[in-house]
Amino acid sequence: MNTAGHNRDEMSKDLSGSVAKNFVIYVCMLIIAGLQFVVAYQHIDSSQMFLRMFLLAIVEAGLAVMFFMHMGAERRNFFVTVAIGLVFVLSMMNMIWSDSFRLLRFQVLK
Amino acid sequence: MGGSHVVGAHAGHALEESPYRIPSKKLVMWLFIMSDAVTFAALLFAYGYLRNATPGWPRPFHFSPTVINAMIMTFVLVTSGFTMLIAMRAANLGNKAGALRWTFITAVAGIIFALLHIREWIGLIGEGLRLFQNPWGSGLFGAAFFTITGLHLSHVVGGVIALAVVAIGYQRGRYDAGHIEIWGLYWHFVDIVWMFVVPFVYLLNIAH
Repeated sequence: MNTAGHNRDEMSKDLSGSVAKNFVIYVCMLIIAGLQFVVAYQHIDSSQMFLRMFLLAIVEAGLAVMFFMHMGAERRNFFVTVAIGLVFVLSMMNMIWSDSFRLLRFQVLK
Repeated sequence: MGGSHVVGAHAGHALEESPYRIPSKKLVMWLFIMSDAVTFAALLFAYGYLRNATPGWPRPFHFSPTVINAMIMTFVLVTSGFTMLIAMRAANLGNKAGALRWTFITAVAGIIFALLHIREWIGLIGEGLRLFQNPWGSGLFGAAFFTITGLHLSHVVGGVIALAVVAIGYQRGRYDAGHIEIWGLYWHFVDIVWMFVVPFVYLLNIAH
């Protein structure tokens, strides 16, 4: 079997899976999206609110990637390649926060 | 002899197994999604940077109409992800009519989303929001808001056009189920981006 054919078979198995399972995932995603709106009206500080919304968004995105985009049906090495690349780049972007707080302090001290 | 060795080497190279066992077009779409994810992440990080470093960042959004509008837009986009999944499944099972129907339903959902988004923009512009000024505080808010939501909106509009083109091509036999799946991946990615835009750009800026 050629490469494309093999992949086609794997995709077929996953895409031919029950609509009911995907409907459950869809409902879960709607519930998580709804929870984000609930969190927005909780009386908590901004950092806690950000953290909760971020975690909910990560779970929701994870469900979409694994089930709607069928990453769960791809080969593990593909998943690892995509995940490591993205996680590394996104982690490196976090270096901006220290400068962001520095700017905030400058403005408070004025 | 040397020539035959070269030919053999080339043939072996051509038959080498793909490390990911994934069609090249699908791999290209995944690479695009990865790069686009970094683009959106960079914009959201820049937005977070500005919001964090700016005292008195505007919080102009009220439950009605903005939050209600964002709820409806989220529902429409997540639902369109599910209808796209049904289209992909139908295409994979060889159900051409079903694939076409669900792909167009997805595209219509995308159009509804875009119209709601434009209505939201018009409302905010009517309240005085501009790229570099607004009545609520830091002038950077407008630039950040319009850049992030505008880039997402352009992705939705581009996705609607692509889905329509692929659906028509699929009906005429020019494209196959694989093409529907590839653009389905793109559509789900647009959906995922919205899951981060809503909380960070809208919900963290609700007026209390």
